Amino acid sequence: MLISLVDMEPGETGIVMKIDGGFGATRRIQSMGVRIGKRVKKVGARFWRGPQTVLVDNFKVAIGFGMAAKIFVEVERSEDK
Amino acid sequence: MKINKILLMGNPNVGKSAIFSRLTGAKVVISNYPGTTVEFTQGYTKIDSSRPAIIDVPGTYTLHPTSRAEEVAVRMIKDGDLVINIVDATNLERNLYLTLELLEQDIPVIVALNMWDDTKHKGIEIDVKKLEKALGIPVIPTCGLTGEGIKELVEHIPKAKAKKINPLKDEERWKHIGKIIEDVQKLHHRHHTFLERLEDLSIRPVTGIPIAALVVLCAFWVIRFVAENLITYLADPFFERIWTPLIMKLSAFLGAGGFLHDIIIGKLIEGELDYSQTFGLFTTGLYVPFAMVLPYIISFYFVLGVMEDFGYLPRLAVLTDNFMHRLGLHGYAIIPMILGLGCNVPGVLAIRILEEKREKFIAATLMAIAIPCMAQIAMIVGLVGQRGGAYVVLIFLTLFILLIIKGIILNKVMKGKSPEILVEMPPYRIPQLLAVFKKLWMRILSFLKEAVPYVLLGILFVNILYVLHVIDALSKIFSPLLRNVWGLPKEAIAALIVGFLRKDVAIGMLGPLNLTTKQLVIGSTVLAIYFPCIATFAVLIRELGIKDMLKSAAIMISVGIVVGGLLNLVLRF
Ligand SMILES: Nc1nc2c(ncn2[C@@H]2O[C@H](COP(=O)(O)OP(=O)(O)O)[C@@H](O)[C@H]2O)c(=O)[nH]1
Ligand SMILES: [Mg+2]
Repeated sequence: MLISLVDMEPGETGIVMKIDGGFGATRRIQSMGVRIGKRVKKVGARFWRGPQTVLVDNFKVAIGFGMAAKIFVEVERSEDK
Repeated sequence: MKINKILLMGNPNVGKSAIFSRLTGAKVVISNYPGTTVEFTQGYTKIDSSRPAIIDVPGTYTLHPTSRAEEVAVRMIKDGDLVINIVDATNLERNLYLTLELLEQDIPVIVALNMWDDTKHKGIEIDVKKLEKALGIPVIPTCGLTGEGIKELVEHIPKAKAKKINPLKDEERWKHIGKIIEDVQKLHHRHHTFLERLEDLSIRPVTGIPIAALVVLCAFWVIRFVAENLITYLADPFFERIWTPLIMKLSAFLGAGGFLHDIIIGKLIEGELDYSQTFGLFTTGLYVPFAMVLPYIISFYFVLGVMEDFGYLPRLAVLTDNFMHRLGLHGYAIIPMILGLGCNVPGVLAIRILEEKREKFIAATLMAIAIPCMAQIAMIVGLVGQRGGAYVVLIFLTLFILLIIKGIILNKVMKGKSPEILVEMPPYRIPQLLAVFKKLWMRILSFLKEAVPYVLLGILFVNILYVLHVIDALSKIFSPLLRNVWGLPKEAIAALIVGFLRKDVAIGMLGPLNLTTKQLVIGSTVLAIYFPCIATFAVLIRELGIKDMLKSAAIMISVGIVVGGLLNLVLRF
């Protein structure tokens, strides 16, 4: 199931499948390490329209709400990681 | 080849500055101000008999710049002789992207595998020999905190050679990195530490907002505590016991009343030296910057340095993002604002980290109007504080409300909308004292260099204007505005004139006017709002361009007139 970073529950992990931002924004996000194919874990809260923070490998990136809504992941729900 | 210029390059927060301060001696040249992302720091190191320059390049993720800071970094490669690529060993994969890009350049590269100490508790195992082989360049594990590995790093510098591999495409590069990682790195399971748990708590609103409130309160308390003690036990005794007797001798020598005496020492009050009233170059001109402002500068930058190195500021940016969007900015703009509390000059320079013209304009205008610098804050605390702490709070509250109202209005009237935040959250780390003090020292020097000449100039200038009766003439012209709108005596014009040069001296000039508390509050507030000091004005022109600066200045002056007038109508004490 493909959902955006915004809709992930805190603590959930998923694989980045699609980034729908403009060219510049997409490149910036990718260069920071949030790339297609990477596994990300949502940290922080879900219920507010603030930046969404994800853990990738060993680093965390905060992504503005609007931008986070354009990043789609395949959530790994069954797996108990 | 002779190596004259060594560049320290790497992603943000990998320990470039820590290694920089390990490599360089005490003599460090700053291009402008440290602490902002785009400014860089240069120092010198010793290798055998040569003394090459070392540059702490702004952090960058890639050589295809995606931001202004990265552009600066990329441009700097052109005139370097060697790159020390600082790599965060706990994030090898992402860091290697820049490493591969660097290898494609025609410049020798050495890798410092920093945060080596951290790999152990993060359950990361890296085979350094294999990594060296895969990259074809020296890889030296280092620890910026203890200095481990730095000696070895330096030993590799003279023998380094450029490798220049063929440029790869994006995809290929990541594939290549993937292979390297698989080959050299093993991960082990481990538990979360306390600091890591604190990281998550401080970005969730429910826990993060109380934490932020606590941090800010503590910061204020420490700043004030340290500064007041520096003043009471160091600065004041020095001036009273050592400086005053010297000045009194000089005064006797010059003979009271002469022009020279008035400029150098000022007017003694019934034969007594009162540093807040005398207004000579060697008296008030030194007392204001050294005894009233410097203690606050020291304690502010110390606390700021600790918060920066701990990694707290990006969390504050995340927490305030929502709020800052209402002002037409995003959360990261809080960082220039906080720097602006120290001095508006580096604050304005830090606005460069914002990408768009619109947010730059908003941030700069808001800062110039509503963010008082530490010099101003120190003087307000010193002068208005004598009438009661509540009045000091009233001034800052007024400025804060102004910031919000102005932000909301600018956000509404200016076309476009605020862009999104995108920022890495560095892990929380216990700051390294050596680095904190080095940064503090550089910032103090910058303050002294920027401030003291202007303070002296301001005092000289106002003395000359008095002698030439210019102040008298101006005070007649402006007295309707001062008296009818702001309720201030016409003599306050001198403070407003000096306020173009330095805000601290200007506020100090309100002291001898025997103002009522209400007048003092209005005077201090208007001084904060109506115009930036000349140093800030100069960088604002550079950053915004003349046209936008004029727009911004028009806003400031009108807001200053209106707010001063409103306070005069509303306040009842
Ligand atoms: N554990 C650990 N921390 C380090 C090391 N090097 C630097 N740090 C810390 O990491 C943080 C970021 O370092 P800094 O030099 O400011 O990074 P820069 O952004 O690359 O200049 C600071 O809190 C440093 O004290 C290291 O080797 N090990
Ligand atoms: Mg640095």
